[in-house]
Amino acid sequence: MSATTLDTAVSKRVDYSEAENQAALVAVKAHLITGFLVFLLMMLAGAAMRAAQSNMMPVEAGLFYQILTLHGVGVVGTAGIASTGVLWYFLRQYVPLSTKIFWLNFGVFLAGVVIILGSIFIGKYGGGWTFLYPLPGISLGAWSTGAAAAFLLGLLIIGTGFLILYLDMGRAILSQYGNFGRALGLTQLFGKEPVNPYHPATVVAGTMVLIVNFIGIAVGAVVLVMMLVNLYNPEFKPDALLVKNLIYFFGHVFINATIYASVVAVYELLPRYTGRPYKTSKVFYAAWFAIVFMVMAVYPHHLFMDAPMPMWAMITAQVLSYGSGIPVLVVTGYGALMLVYRSGIQWNTASKLLILSMFGWAAGVIPAIIDAMVSVNRVLHNTLWVPGHFHFYLLLGLLPMIFGFTFYLLNGKKEGKTPLTEKLGFYSYLIGGLLLALTFLGSGAHSIPRRWAVHMEEWVPYAQWGTLAATLVVLGVLLFTIRVLTALPKAPEPSV
Amino acid sequence: MQTTVWFITLVGVALLAAVFYYVISNSQTPEDYSSVQQKWYRFRHKWFYFIAIFGIVVTLATLIPFPLPSQDAAYAGEDYQVVDVSGHQWYWTMSTDTVVTGKPVAFYVTGADVNHGFGVYDENLKLVAQVQAMPGYTNKLIHIFDQPGKYRILCLEYCGLAHHAMIAELKVEAAS
Ligand SMILES: [Cu+2]
Repeated sequence: MSATTLDTAVSKRVDYSEAENQAALVAVKAHLITGFLVFLLMMLAGAAMRAAQSNMMPVEAGLFYQILTLHGVGVVGTAGIASTGVLWYFLRQYVPLSTKIFWLNFGVFLAGVVIILGSIFIGKYGGGWTFLYPLPGISLGAWSTGAAAAFLLGLLIIGTGFLILYLDMGRAILSQYGNFGRALGLTQLFGKEPVNPYHPATVVAGTMVLIVNFIGIAVGAVVLVMMLVNLYNPEFKPDALLVKNLIYFFGHVFINATIYASVVAVYELLPRYTGRPYKTSKVFYAAWFAIVFMVMAVYPHHLFMDAPMPMWAMITAQVLSYGSGIPVLVVTGYGALMLVYRSGIQWNTASKLLILSMFGWAAGVIPAIIDAMVSVNRVLHNTLWVPGHFHFYLLLGLLPMIFGFTFYLLNGKKEGKTPLTEKLGFYSYLIGGLLLALTFLGSGAHSIPRRWAVHMEEWVPYAQWGTLAATLVVLGVLLFTIRVLTALPKAPEPSV
Repeated sequence: MQTTVWFITLVGVALLAAVFYYVISNSQTPEDYSSVQQKWYRFRHKWFYFIAIFGIVVTLATLIPFPLPSQDAAYAGEDYQVVDVSGHQWYWTMSTDTVVTGKPVAFYVTGADVNHGFGVYDENLKLVAQVQAMPGYTNKLIHIFDQPGKYRILCLEYCGLAHHAMIAELKVEAAS
């Protein structure tokens, strides 16, 4: 992985042998190709659910909820593994990372996936990815204790793989920067060191992701173990509200971290397409420092309708949910727009996707922070508004970061004609994604509940629009995937 | 409420799309970055203060008074119509299925087995109030019905295979 001409002068790079770089590239490609294939399958699953709700496809309720479980856990997990591919690729240029451990996490992930697939399709587990206690243990005969246990165990195994990877990232960051504060730019923020505008944004983002996700996954492990114990020893009854808190903390941190990990693609690549450097600054460090806390403290916005939650937690969650939109809207998205404005940027699939990701993330924040207001949540909680906001910033924010990075690896920076598959794929994906998110939001505004296998007659037209939108998204990703499968494996390391 | 937030969201997304469109359509005529930076960093400052002040105003306006009822208070006696609600896989039980308009109804909601979501829908299938139904807890929800009619209780928390079939009816009669 070669260094960029823009900032080699000032920021340290790790030296790897040519063979090490090749091996790393292969590993990153494996993460991305897996990402594309599983995302495509999960989108088919999503489209099938919308088709079932619009009565266009008969899906029996039990199977629907199995698909729902698979879709939720599959997308979150795949977002985790693919975003790790993006972050790891760039981070290893600044700190010495182990390719072996990167593969180890990948292997552990696949093992966990196999167990989870078994629990869902063989064991018929359909307790939702949220596995809210005590539902996994009380299915009224739909699935066995063993199936529920396999699901929880699969998640636990996947989490363990990530923890090992984060330990390696932590070791590597500490070896280069001494402590996490320096890596986050805090010594510069608080004036203990002069501001270095070439301090890599990737290191800041990587350190933040490492810290919050380590804590998030550790909490996840605790709650998974508690529930496993409960499954086999029903005498042990954890408090349902406590368990819910732990699960949402874990889930919220994990999915958010995927965005904060993938955004390094924007920091690293937009400068290459615009010819303008992305410099770090005190504002940048402050924004990322704030995000460390906000990402961990906002999750109670999922529990506003759990009335016994303490009032201070709810107020904090509303205030910080709003606050956590600010770094996106003021620093990252704004900075990206400044890079592009009158830059003479080279437009290709990669740069288009990266800009789309900034739009999707920033725009998706709007319905998210609105729903994170207690007074609004009263009528939007657990309606389709909720999938609406996260499909907005996952489909149009997160995935375009991962996809944009993939197309950068695939096409390099070279100019020339964009293949038709990429163009068609992009517009099909863009229109489909936007329509899909807006259909969900509109459905939520019309009070349609989420996670309903069968829709009332009044709701069917929304589900039909949703099916159309999902079909366009599937088509776009199918075209992307074909292009990725045919061109990515043999694509050389892009020269900068 | 739902219509308002839907409208605000659409306007917000459209404005943001317009900003992106403006930048993208101005991306191909190169200008020196330092002049772009100078101008737009200054604007970012103002933008930040705008978002901050806007946030403070909205926060205060929406949190005072706090929009959820106190869970410590007892809502009983003459002032409230009390309905005990329990969510089961996959049905609702309610101590009464009839209430009247104008006088606050205190729903005491719990989950008998797993988590459920107690969602009150009016005749037009519009969600008017909700609270979670959680095992081990009794959540209090206060709602004043303005309109008489046949309301429906829908389950809003995934609770297993017949989650979507968990529907009960609540009659709201005009106060005499
Ligand atoms: Cu339910």
